Amino acid sequence: MSLLGEDVMTEDGEFVINMGPQHPSTHGVLHLKVWLDGEIIKKVQPHLGYIHRSIEKMSENLSYRNFIFATSRMDYLSAHMNNEACALTVEKGLAVEVPARAKVIRTLMAELTRLSSHQLWWGCTGLDLGAVTPFFYAFREREAINGIMEETCGARLTQNYMVPGGVMFDLHPNFQARTKEVIKQIKDKFDEYDQLLTGNVIFEQRTKGVGYISKEDAVSWGCTGPMARASGVSCDIRKLFPYSAYDQVKFEEILDTGGDCYARYMVRMAEMKQSVSIIEQLIDTIPEGEFQAKTKAVIKLPKGEFYQRVETARGELGVYIVSDGAASPYRVKYRSPNFSNLSALPHMSKGAKIGDLVAIMATIDLVIPDVDR
Amino acid sequence: MVIVGLCLLGFLVVLSFILGYMERKVAAFMQIRLGPNRVGPKGTLQIIADTIKLLFKEGLTPKASDKFLFNLAPFIMVITSMLVVAPLAFAKNFQIWDINIGVLYVSAISSMAVIGILMAGWSSYNKYSLLGAMRSGAQIVSYELSIGLSLITIVILTGSLKLSDIVMSQAGGWWIFKGHIPAIIAFVIFIVASTAEINRAPFDLAEAESELTAGFHTEYSGMKFAMFLLSEYINLFVVSAVAATLFLGGWMPLHIGSLHGFNHVMDYIPSSVWFFGKTFFVIFVIMWFRWTFPRLRVDQLLNLEWKYLLPISMFNLLLMTAIAILGWHF
Repeated sequence: MSLLGEDVMTEDGEFVINMGPQHPSTHGVLHLKVWLDGEIIKKVQPHLGYIHRSIEKMSENLSYRNFIFATSRMDYLSAHMNNEACALTVEKGLAVEVPARAKVIRTLMAELTRLSSHQLWWGCTGLDLGAVTPFFYAFREREAINGIMEETCGARLTQNYMVPGGVMFDLHPNFQARTKEVIKQIKDKFDEYDQLLTGNVIFEQRTKGVGYISKEDAVSWGCTGPMARASGVSCDIRKLFPYSAYDQVKFEEILDTGGDCYARYMVRMAEMKQSVSIIEQLIDTIPEGEFQAKTKAVIKLPKGEFYQRVETARGELGVYIVSDGAASPYRVKYRSPNFSNLSALPHMSKGAKIGDLVAIMATIDLVIPDVDR
Repeated sequence: MVIVGLCLLGFLVVLSFILGYMERKVAAFMQIRLGPNRVGPKGTLQIIADTIKLLFKEGLTPKASDKFLFNLAPFIMVITSMLVVAPLAFAKNFQIWDINIGVLYVSAISSMAVIGILMAGWSSYNKYSLLGAMRSGAQIVSYELSIGLSLITIVILTGSLKLSDIVMSQAGGWWIFKGHIPAIIAFVIFIVASTAEINRAPFDLAEAESELTAGFHTEYSGMKFAMFLLSEYINLFVVSAVAATLFLGGWMPLHIGSLHGFNHVMDYIPSSVWFFGKTFFVIFVIMWFRWTFPRLRVDQLLNLEWKYLLPISMFNLLLMTAIAILGWHF
């Protein structure tokens, strides 16, 4: 029978399957080469680059105002945070003081984005584990947040709202009332989320003890964000190196010691509640004043190197700019959270089942354009 | 005989349209959306439109596949699921084939579906299909045991394998009420195990969309794919109908002890309405947990059967035997 011919098995009698670049559970064009022994995974090898658009190289030919917006297409679910990171780096180079109002607006927008990103992740996790319904519940709330974004920024996904010196426009007059309404709605729905997925026996069985990564391993693979915090690594940039208005608000850094898929799940669920609390603290006290500091029409950074990091929904995003004094950067490098988090996947999925691989990928919360850039 | 068979064929196709529509509507309302609502009144003709589309689609056969087995597999699936319908009693005095080993026949024929799945997975020349077929083989063979044992509990109470006898024995009350706790346990085990047997979520490991793209029917398209869908819905109906016949009294109306007025009113409802009402209730339950539960992993699936369901149903069988011998049931 041709099926068991040598083209299916390797010399060692291993069964190799290619998950992706088009596969329902890879959330984009990730290609995983998986060596199997029956259902058990012996080795996983991620193949990257299917959606490489050379955003870093493109930035070298764009002005300091324009290159920010290319980053919206990296981690498209944290477009605000990506833009913010670039804007902060440019401001660092220019030594511009951002108005207090713009700082608060940036923080509010970033937290709304984090909420909507985590909601999408929650829905997709359910989908990957075979429960289709959470996806629709997650999108109900995400839709409301997207509505707020559309009103103020003019776009729903790639908002392009941050500019060097502040934000592009002032807030829409409806912003405060609408955000309060949406936050109230989301707070009511957390219980529903828990009923639908968190407390489910099958869900706990599928995630507890699956995809374990220790604290030491998480550090040495360079994991950041909720993934590292689920292994007990304190790495919240908002807390450790506060930027924008994060020094004005009280929030907890969520840590867990489980290190498995369930811990990662719980960390993100708790982070959503923290985001809600940050928004509640800021929404009533948005300071009056300018929303944008005055900058020159053509921005030129002084000669030198500038680095700024922010906490996106997936982890630490670092922006490194080398300037030679011209109107566009000499070199741009992004340290994207997903690339490092993905690099731990082969380590985490060794000895797991195929079903576990899907669960692990879901809880890493991959966004492939951010890996390939 | 041929005419009866053709009528049954037509009935089953129409039934699978209804089930397809019902599934989409049930799923939609559980997922806070509307479901099909454009083709025909309230979207009722959507399934017919889909069928026409599938009929006109090109049926691709992979170049390296075993063409004979590849084309045979969907037919085996549909034939096995349709054969099981024969001994079911749809209404009072309306039974196509009242065979004296009805229960045995049902469980024997329905277990043949695994041959179709294995055939499809093997002949597709696709690694995902093969994995799906392997999973399905392990799953169906294991869950067969629990289904058999839970069916036997009712056979012990009735003392007959004939489906008409089983229905008649429930004239005074359905077995799920008369048979004490063991009957309820058997009913629950039957629903869980038969959901696994017909490869529906949370036991849809053979298809496991997020893991194996579409499992054993990844390579199928057009009408051959539609036949897998057809057999899935007929299986769903058959399993629910068997549950309704054995545990919920088939076409027997609901009677409560000596409330003669109430019993009299219940008798006026046609027996076919009772049968289909009960069947669709079970179908709804199966759809309900399809759309709310995540999928089990393959080792957990087998653990559930061999470590929990099988010991429980064996003990349950002993308990039921004791009850039947001592005459404790009502």
